[in-house]
Amino acid sequence: MTQHATAAGKPAARKGRSELGIAALLGAAGAVVLWDASRLVVPYSVSDPVGPKALPIIIGSLLLVTAVLLAVNVLRGGRGQAEEGEDVDLSHPADWKTVLPLAGAFVLNILLIDVAGWVISGTLLFWGSVWALGGRNYVRDGLVSVAMALLTFYGFYFGLGIKLPAGILAGIL
Amino acid sequence: MDTFNLLLQGFSTALTPMNLMFACLGVLLGTAVGVLPGIGPAMAIALLLPLTYNLEPTSALIMFAGIYYGGMYGGSTTSILLNTPGESSTVITAIEGHKMAKAGRAAQALATAAIGSFVAGTIGTALLAAFAPVVVKFAVSLGPSSYLAIMILGLLTVTAVLGASKLRGFASLGLGLAIGLVGLDPVTGQQRLVFGIPLLSDGLDIVVVAVAIFAVGEALWIAAHLRRSKTSTIPVGQPWMGKQDWKRSWKPWLRGTALGFPFGAMPAGGAEVPTFLSYSVEKKLTKHPDEFGHGAIEGVAGPEAANNASAAGTLTPLLALGLPTNATAGVMLAALMQFGIQPGPLLFQNEPILVWGLIASLFIGNTLLLLFNLPMAPLWAKLLRIPRPYLYAGILFFATLGAYAVNLQAFDLVILLVLGALGFAMRRFGLPILPLIIGLILGPRIEGQLRKAFQLSAGNISGLWNEPVAVVVYLLVALILCWPLVALAWRRFRPAKAAAREAALERDPHQIRL
Repeated sequence: MTQHATAAGKPAARKGRSELGIAALLGAAGAVVLWDASRLVVPYSVSDPVGPKALPIIIGSLLLVTAVLLAVNVLRGGRGQAEEGEDVDLSHPADWKTVLPLAGAFVLNILLIDVAGWVISGTLLFWGSVWALGGRNYVRDGLVSVAMALLTFYGFYFGLGIKLPAGILAGIL
Repeated sequence: MDTFNLLLQGFSTALTPMNLMFACLGVLLGTAVGVLPGIGPAMAIALLLPLTYNLEPTSALIMFAGIYYGGMYGGSTTSILLNTPGESSTVITAIEGHKMAKAGRAAQALATAAIGSFVAGTIGTALLAAFAPVVVKFAVSLGPSSYLAIMILGLLTVTAVLGASKLRGFASLGLGLAIGLVGLDPVTGQQRLVFGIPLLSDGLDIVVVAVAIFAVGEALWIAAHLRRSKTSTIPVGQPWMGKQDWKRSWKPWLRGTALGFPFGAMPAGGAEVPTFLSYSVEKKLTKHPDEFGHGAIEGVAGPEAANNASAAGTLTPLLALGLPTNATAGVMLAALMQFGIQPGPLLFQNEPILVWGLIASLFIGNTLLLLFNLPMAPLWAKLLRIPRPYLYAGILFFATLGAYAVNLQAFDLVILLVLGALGFAMRRFGLPILPLIIGLILGPRIEGQLRKAFQLSAGNISGLWNEPVAVVVYLLVALILCWPLVALAWRRFRPAKAAAREAALERDPHQIRL
C-alpha cells in the first residue's frame, strides 16, 4: 500500500490511497465482464431480443463507471467508512500478524482436506485459527480442536448423512 | 375470515412437536447470536443453510425466522449491558439503555426491551398475517413488466437510499450482479464468466457466497482489528418492571410498533430509520425530558418496539413479493430458493402450509422468546465471556465446514477464501454488504423477468411499461435516482436554508439523516 502524503498534506489525504485498489478491482471486474460478454453469441430471436449479452454489458459498464467515480472520489479526499462492531477496535491499524496466519490455516485446510481428511485438517484449522487469534493455552486449545473436528465429523455422518472425507484415517474412524 | 382459518391451519403446522422443536432451537440460537459479538442473524442463517439441505423446508424456515426474531432480542441485551451495539438497529437502544444500566436500572431496561419486543413482534406478526394476503391479491394480477419494475425499485432503494455513500453502494451492487452472472445463460445455455473452469458452469452457490461474505469476511475483519482491551459488562439480575415503568412503557411500545411495521415493509425502510424516529418522538412526548440522555425508559421501550415491528414488516414483501429488503431476509430468500421453492406472489398459493406455518410460528417464537429472555437474561449475558479466539476460530471452522459440505469439493473453499477476502476489503473500505447480496439474489431474477416481459410482448419494447403499476414504479425509480440533483438545485436556490441545514448536520449528523 502506498502511503504518499500529498503536497498539501490534507488530513483526509494523509491516510494513503489504498482505496484506489478497490477502484482498480472494480475496473478490472468491469473489464472482465465486458470482455466475457463480447464473445457471447447472440442468436437471432424475435421473442428474446434482450439476449444473453445485454445484462453483462450493463453490469460491466456499471462496474467501470463506479470504478472511475470511486477513483475520482478517493483522489479528492473521499474515504469509505470502515465497518465498526462490538469486538472491532479501529484505533489500531489492521493487524496482519493475525490475519495472515489465519489465512494460512485456511489454505492448509484446503490443501489437506481431501488427502488427510476432515478430522486432521479441521483440527489444524481450528487450532491454527485459535493460535493466530492469540490463544496460547496449547493443551486446552488442542483438545478443543480435536473434539470439534471429531464431533462435526460424526455429527455430519450420523445426523445429516453427509460423509466428510476420512482421508488417511479411513480405517480407524 | 379466510385468513383466520388459514392462520389456524398454520398453527396446526407450527405446533407439531418437530416444528415446535425447530422454533425453540431457532429462538435459542437467535438469542445467542444476537448476544454474541461479531455474529448476527444473517451470518447465523448463512452458516446453517448447508446443514438444512435435508430438512423439511417448513421446519428449516421456522428455525430461520426464530433466529431472525431471536437476534433482535439478543442484540438489545448486548446494547444495554455492553454499550456496543452489534447491529445498526440497536444503536438507539444503547443510548438510553446503557445509561439506565449504569444507573442501576439494567433490570428495568432489559424488561421493557423484552416485553416491548414481544408486544411489537406480536402486533407486527398480526399485521403481517392481515396485510400479506392483500398484497398478494394485488401482486398476482401484475404481469412481468410490473414485477420487473418492483424488483428494480427494491434493488435501487437498497443501494441508493440506505448506507452512507451511494457510490460505494453501487460499486457493491455491481460486484453482486457480476457474481450472479457466473454460470449458464438460462435462455441460450451459453457460458458466462466461466473461464473454462467446469466447476463454475453451474454458477456460484449462493450458500457459498453468503457464507464467504458474511462469515469469513467478517471473521477476518474482526481478527484484523480485534479489541484487545477488556470490555466490562454490567452485571444484572432478574429483569423486572415496577408499576411506574409499565405506565411509562406501554405507549412508547405501541407508537414504536406503529412506526416500525410500515418502515420494515417498505423496500428501503429497514430498522434504522424507525428506531431513530421512535426515539425522537418519545423525546418530544415524554413527561420526563430531563431523564433523556441519562437513561429514560421511554427511549428504550419505543425504539426496541420499532425494531421488532420492522422485522415483521420486512417479512411482508419477502413472503408476498419475494423481495428481500435486508440482509437476513436476503439469506432467507436464498434458503427458499435452495429448497427449490419459487419466491414471489404465487408463494401463498403454491405453499400455503409453509407460509401460514411460518407466520403462526412467529407468534409462537415471540412467546418463547419472552419466556426465555425474561428469566434467563443473566445467563445470556454470560455468553459474552466466551474467549474471543474460540469464537472467531469457530466461525471460520463452521464456515469452512458448511461451504465444503454443499458439494464436498475443496474448490468451493478456494471460492470461499477469495470472496472472504473481498468481504474483508469491502468492510475495510466502507462498501456496504447488503447491495452485493441483494444484487446477487435479484440479478438473475431481474434478467429472467426482463426476458419474460419481452417474450409476452413478442419482442415489442412497450412490453416493459404496458402496465400502469410499472409506470408508477419507474417514476419512483427516476425520483430516487434524480434525488441528489433535486437536492443540489434546492440548496443552490435556497442558500440561507441550506446553510442552516449544514450547520445542523455538523451538530448532529443523525438528525438530518431522518
